[in-house]
Amino acid sequence: MAIFVNENTKVIVQGLTGGQGKFHGLRNRAYGTKVVGGVTPGKGGQDVEGIPVYDSVADAVKATGADASFIAVPPKAASAAILEAAAAGVKFIVCITEGIPAQDEAKTFNTLLRDYPGVRLLGPNCPGIISPGKCNIGITAGEIAALPSAKGPNVGIVSRSGTLTYQALYELKQQGIGVSTCVGIGGDPVPGTSFVDCLAEFQKDPETHAIIMIGEIGGSAEEEAAEFIKANVTKPMSAYIAGVTAPAGKKMGHAGAIVSGGKGTAQGKMDALRAAGVKVGLNPTEAGSLMADIVKGLK
Amino acid sequence: MDLFEYQGKQYFAKFGIPVSAGGAADTVDEAVKVADAAKYPVVVKAQVQVGGRGKAGGIKLANNADEVRLHAGNILGMDIKGHVVKRLWVEHASDIAEEYYASFTLDRAAKKHLLMLSAQGGVDIEEVAAKDPDAIVKLHINPVEGLSEAVAKKAATDAKIPAKALDGVAKILVSLYRCFTEGDCDLAEINPLILKPTGEVHALDAKVSLDNNASYRHPEWDEYRATEELDEREQLARESDLQYIGLSGTVGIIANGAGLAMSTLDVVNQVGGSAANFLDIGGGANADQMAAALGVINFDQNVKSIFINIFGGITRGEEVAKGIVEAMSRVDLRAPIVIRLDGTNAEEGREILAKAGIPESKLQSKPTMLEAARAAVAIANGK
Repeated sequence: MAIFVNENTKVIVQGLTGGQGKFHGLRNRAYGTKVVGGVTPGKGGQDVEGIPVYDSVADAVKATGADASFIAVPPKAASAAILEAAAAGVKFIVCITEGIPAQDEAKTFNTLLRDYPGVRLLGPNCPGIISPGKCNIGITAGEIAALPSAKGPNVGIVSRSGTLTYQALYELKQQGIGVSTCVGIGGDPVPGTSFVDCLAEFQKDPETHAIIMIGEIGGSAEEEAAEFIKANVTKPMSAYIAGVTAPAGKKMGHAGAIVSGGKGTAQGKMDALRAAGVKVGLNPTEAGSLMADIVKGLK
Repeated sequence: MDLFEYQGKQYFAKFGIPVSAGGAADTVDEAVKVADAAKYPVVVKAQVQVGGRGKAGGIKLANNADEVRLHAGNILGMDIKGHVVKRLWVEHASDIAEEYYASFTLDRAAKKHLLMLSAQGGVDIEEVAAKDPDAIVKLHINPVEGLSEAVAKKAATDAKIPAKALDGVAKILVSLYRCFTEGDCDLAEINPLILKPTGEVHALDAKVSLDNNASYRHPEWDEYRATEELDEREQLARESDLQYIGLSGTVGIIANGAGLAMSTLDVVNQVGGSAANFLDIGGGANADQMAAALGVINFDQNVKSIFINIFGGITRGEEVAKGIVEAMSRVDLRAPIVIRLDGTNAEEGREILAKAGIPESKLQSKPTMLEAARAAVAIANGK
């Protein structure tokens, strides 16, 4: 078991003929992911190292039976690409594109909600999802993810930041802890999939025994997660929040990462998570060793 | 990107939101010229991006050219909470019957647009929110549906805006919403939104924050970018398209990804150091970007050590390594580098660095983030 994806997930890459799409699409395939096709308008009939390219998502889905899409196209084209995938019947869309205007993101999210309620969008501006040994969609270097063990305990990871997602994978690998699924939800203001969505899935997933959550300053997603955890999550958790030292009023790179009007501080988020029973580390390594302690207790 | 009041008003005007007749002025003579055209009485307003201008003496009423001369002379060059006034906005003084508040933002929790509207404007809206939360109407707008004039009017009615101002307020709300959406604002706020004794509704102030991600479709934003208040380091970083924020510490930071960069700042702080900056070289950073990043860090005289923290996803280790080697051959770095390199093609990267023959006094590699932070802080603290 894993959440959102598994060993049978068939993936197409929108933007497979572009630099990022090709590099990561081929890496995903090399990892063992079923990358069954690519989409680039006007390049249908070509192939990228044996992966057939189609003119549209509809063509690709028809020919391959793909149920997931990996979108690696520039910001200008990303919203249309997401909606094209949804319209073609793709149920799980991963968009790694960075720099999409917030207005477009809000519109796309609400269009999906209205017209394609069964579709899950992960991202934009996210590293993707990896279920170690089964499926890797996105830009995560597969070799840093520890395989889950049959007996467990295994840990689920959910993170707002790309590189901190890798850091979390790395810390667990150092500790010899298996990972069930690792989801990077992205650092933009309107993520398609939230902490709460992932926590709900991890809580249901029999292969996930504990959860690490990596948040950052800005917004209230971590506080909402804390509320959800208090009411619904019985699996033990550790967490780390980046940006303790970030000055107020400065956007820390991610469009979503800003402390404004005294809201969205790392301290407030850590307090909320602690109050919900989550063990909070002051750096990623500490969150990793807190998880190691939790896992020891589960064995 | 935050706009100055005068830019915000010019931006509003593009979307048909009524603002006072006026203009920007950088000198006393220009201020008089603008005032003559706007007709007396006028208000002379300091253009700084900080609250409390009025209390600091940065906003003055002038009834004639001599008074404009006096006030403009006093306000230009004035220091308001660390912001030196370089530009004025001079506009015709409005008669005010009532003051309201209106703003549009994105409510991230609801994933919808949020209108906030109050009949109690002209003051700090957070104070109103604290004392009398019912005085602010909050209305979520689905970005797919947009805002109609009828819905805007209903919101104005709910906010207890008097009947005589309802149509005027509703019209402005629809225009302000267009400015917010089509104009790609993170925030579009009018405080106060005034009702004149003559019955017209009018924006007396403008607070606009633009979404940098949308700049590709707004070539007109170039003029705003030119007036942004950046320090020299930030200017240099912008020219190389780097996400950089200047801080006051001694450890220069380069990381890939905003989260990791933030975390790097935190870890440096935890082991007793202080960061000189936030710098995210972004996903897919290549040799040129790394060289540019090192150039910006090297420009900062406070930097005593440089901590490069890379965990590759899109960013490839060998590109990072090539960038460092190239930068070190191009620029004479004043501070030594401590690097932690992991993730995609990290081994190739470490090999490139090892083969480059750079002495350990200039570059050391550490296996973990914490160890690298300790080493960088030790150098910066002179240990």
